[in-house]
Amino acid sequence: MTLSVQDLRVYYRTLRGEVKALDGVSFDVADGEILGLAGESGCGKTTLGKSLIRMDGRMKHVGGRVELDGENLPIGDTVKMNPFRFTEVSIIPQYSMSAMNPTRKIGRMVRELLDSRGVTVDLDELHRRLDLVELNRDVLGKYPLELSGGMKQRMVMVISTLLNPSLLIADEITSALDVSTQKAVVTTLKGFRELGFVKSMIFITHDISLTNQLADTIMVMYAGKLAEKAPADAIVNRSRHPYTQLLISSLPEVGVRYAEKKLTGIPGNPPSLLNPPVGCRFQDRCPLAFDKCREEPPAVEVEKDHFVACWKA
Amino acid sequence: MLKLQEVSKVFRVGAFGGKTMTAVDEVSFEVGRGEVVSLIGESGSGKSTIGKMVLRLMSANGGSITFDGDDISKLDKRAYYRKVQGVFQDPFSSYNPIFKADRVFSMIKEVYFPKEADRVWRDKVASALNDVRLDAGQVLNKFPHQLSGGQLQRLLIARALLLDIDFLVADEITSMLDASTRIDVLNLLADLKLRGLGVLFITHDLALGNYISERTVVLHQGRIVEYGPTAKVFETPEHSYTRKLLASVPQLHRKWEGV
Amino acid sequence: MTTTDPITAITAPDPDTPPISNRREALYFAVRNGKLLVGVGIVTIFLLIGIVGPFLVKSPPMEYVGQPMMPPDGEYWLGTTTFGQDVLAQFVYGVRSAFVVGVLAGGLAALIGMVIGFVAGYRGGLVDEILNMLTNVVLVIPTLAVLLIINAYLGVRSVGMQSLFIGLTSWPWVARAIRAQTFSLRSRDFVDLARLSGVRTGRIILREIAPNMSSYLFMTFILLFGSSILIASSLDFIGLGPTDGVSLGVMLNHANQWSALPLGLWWWFIPPGVAITAIVGALYVANVGLDEVFNPKLREL
Repeated sequence: MTLSVQDLRVYYRTLRGEVKALDGVSFDVADGEILGLAGESGCGKTTLGKSLIRMDGRMKHVGGRVELDGENLPIGDTVKMNPFRFTEVSIIPQYSMSAMNPTRKIGRMVRELLDSRGVTVDLDELHRRLDLVELNRDVLGKYPLELSGGMKQRMVMVISTLLNPSLLIADEITSALDVSTQKAVVTTLKGFRELGFVKSMIFITHDISLTNQLADTIMVMYAGKLAEKAPADAIVNRSRHPYTQLLISSLPEVGVRYAEKKLTGIPGNPPSLLNPPVGCRFQDRCPLAFDKCREEPPAVEVEKDHFVACWKA
Repeated sequence: MLKLQEVSKVFRVGAFGGKTMTAVDEVSFEVGRGEVVSLIGESGSGKSTIGKMVLRLMSANGGSITFDGDDISKLDKRAYYRKVQGVFQDPFSSYNPIFKADRVFSMIKEVYFPKEADRVWRDKVASALNDVRLDAGQVLNKFPHQLSGGQLQRLLIARALLLDIDFLVADEITSMLDASTRIDVLNLLADLKLRGLGVLFITHDLALGNYISERTVVLHQGRIVEYGPTAKVFETPEHSYTRKLLASVPQLHRKWEGV
Repeated sequence: MTTTDPITAITAPDPDTPPISNRREALYFAVRNGKLLVGVGIVTIFLLIGIVGPFLVKSPPMEYVGQPMMPPDGEYWLGTTTFGQDVLAQFVYGVRSAFVVGVLAGGLAALIGMVIGFVAGYRGGLVDEILNMLTNVVLVIPTLAVLLIINAYLGVRSVGMQSLFIGLTSWPWVARAIRAQTFSLRSRDFVDLARLSGVRTGRIILREIAPNMSSYLFMTFILLFGSSILIASSLDFIGLGPTDGVSLGVMLNHANQWSALPLGLWWWFIPPGVAITAIVGALYVANVGLDEVFNPKLREL
């Protein structure tokens, strides 16, 4: 088991109180597994990704444990996390385009980064990986400004996997890209896993159709909690949670026309996470809600590897 | 209703404007009454530039844009905006963050309906909100950050409806919305055409364009590569670029080949 | 969806809780910011001295009222000059004129800088290039030298005149900074939306763009206020101060001219020196505090 998360709770401190962005989430990611983390804005997916590697100042680790390769990850302690970052857990940030220091040549930046981890640069390996993502070796002598968006993205992908981390977190890395580039990025990520550059991966996105192209397992989150987690194929074709079902039925696919088949969205908005409702967090928008939904539904394994947090599932 | 004829836009770039960059290159197409036309392209295709030129936020360097037969650059701006309006990509940037969101309504009241009694205006606003399926109590008197992206975009459509417009430029208006609310905004746009509005729907998402439009324009690097009825463009694309785009769209029930 | 900050994304649709407006939030942090409170406190004390003081002293500042070179005592709290003038009277009038210069010169510079910055930033193109050239020309003028020459030519100099000169020469950096900010705000969608609502350029600048920079504009004025006092004091000290009144700089100038330091008349030059340092210093400290209040990234949670 690469990653094991138990009842993780991470809150944001704000003036108005604590925002319960991540409120008791448990899941595992196996060796070699790509987990697609899907959900809408504010569901906690980015918070989850961040808390596994670096919390920002407003985030507070309230409860729960994270284990990576059997070892406890001190996620609440920024300093103690240092030896894990980049070597064990690595992230491709959402805005990797701006993650690079504009005043450093890329080669020098890579060297400094590795120095800070006490590793020397294996130039051959670096070159081999650049070739793999079809980046010219010259880029090491260039400034980030001289690279296009897609090239920077690939460069960041190479850098963040250079030390073969156990877990790679990719946070919305395709949302700013054109469709043709998206496909290339997804292909590259899959290649990284085949070649063993990373053991497991968490691919965070709001686009279920895209997740399905890459992920083995999809986890759908809603309002800081796990709604459903199952093999990708099961989520797409046999989802059991009403939220997942409604979400999938609201996606227009090429070929579906307004004139022929009118799709509908989900009425209402997600609840405020300052004072989330007691019980199921989807109850206000759920067409199937009944009295029992005022109690919190546990995530139950309804069939093998298929977890659903819903009383009706 | 709206007609573009060989419209071009060239930007001067670099120090002292020494270099030029052609963003839009002799683009021609039409949008009729009660019709949605999708303008599909990737970043840098010039699709948003075309939208800005139609809205007269930018001027064209060449060709002509006419609305009901009149060259739009010769029309009075206030009169033109009475008939043609736009909604943009980022709902949060479309609102001045320090004012309440419904200020977008009072702004057009000041300019276009200064004499209207407050009570009449309130009724009008309420009916426009009703048209976009928003509850007045939930959205009025709120700051933009207290509303969701979907609500904000609908408010902007309601604002356009208050002006009784004939034509709407919708520039990527759903790209920052969540899936569960995106489709409702899209349906709303499709309903507008039943009222006789013309809509220019600018998007990078082929599935969305396919969902609501009658005709589709595919742009690549400022040029039109394919233009025709939506069904035809999507089912029997002629240009290799269109085919490549279609193949790259992530589809829920179909896996990409070669990944 | 993808570009929103996680906090706003989470708290955004929240119909139940009352809003914390930006203004209330700023106030919340303002009353908890030590730097701001100390800075404002010191400036307020001097402001009160400048407003109330002149009504409480018995004699006009330049009048010879008592024994020369008297150290501070019960009657003359700050002693007297070599000519028997009341230092306290000079001091309170000096503080008042410092604030007058700050407000007039700082206000004028802020006004010119804002107009030029807004217009250049919003209009862009040729207008921007011309205004930018003007800004750069004024920027490279050796201000002090020009002020020296102009001041030397004018026979009678007043506080107002001095403020005018300072105001006319210290706006360029304001214009540049505001131009850059306007430039980035101009491309925001809400500005386009205002244009689509038929709102005219002037109103867009005043009602859409300027309010978004209000905290920045306020801080700009504070900085200009402080620097105007400093420039005025320097001019006064080298003998180019107002000929028809007294100021802190003029006091220093006289003290220097009549050898207050070698004669040990510390009460003559210490108070104005301390006042200038305290006012300008407090303004800068307050400005740093304001920066923390307005800029969430600098706040210590």
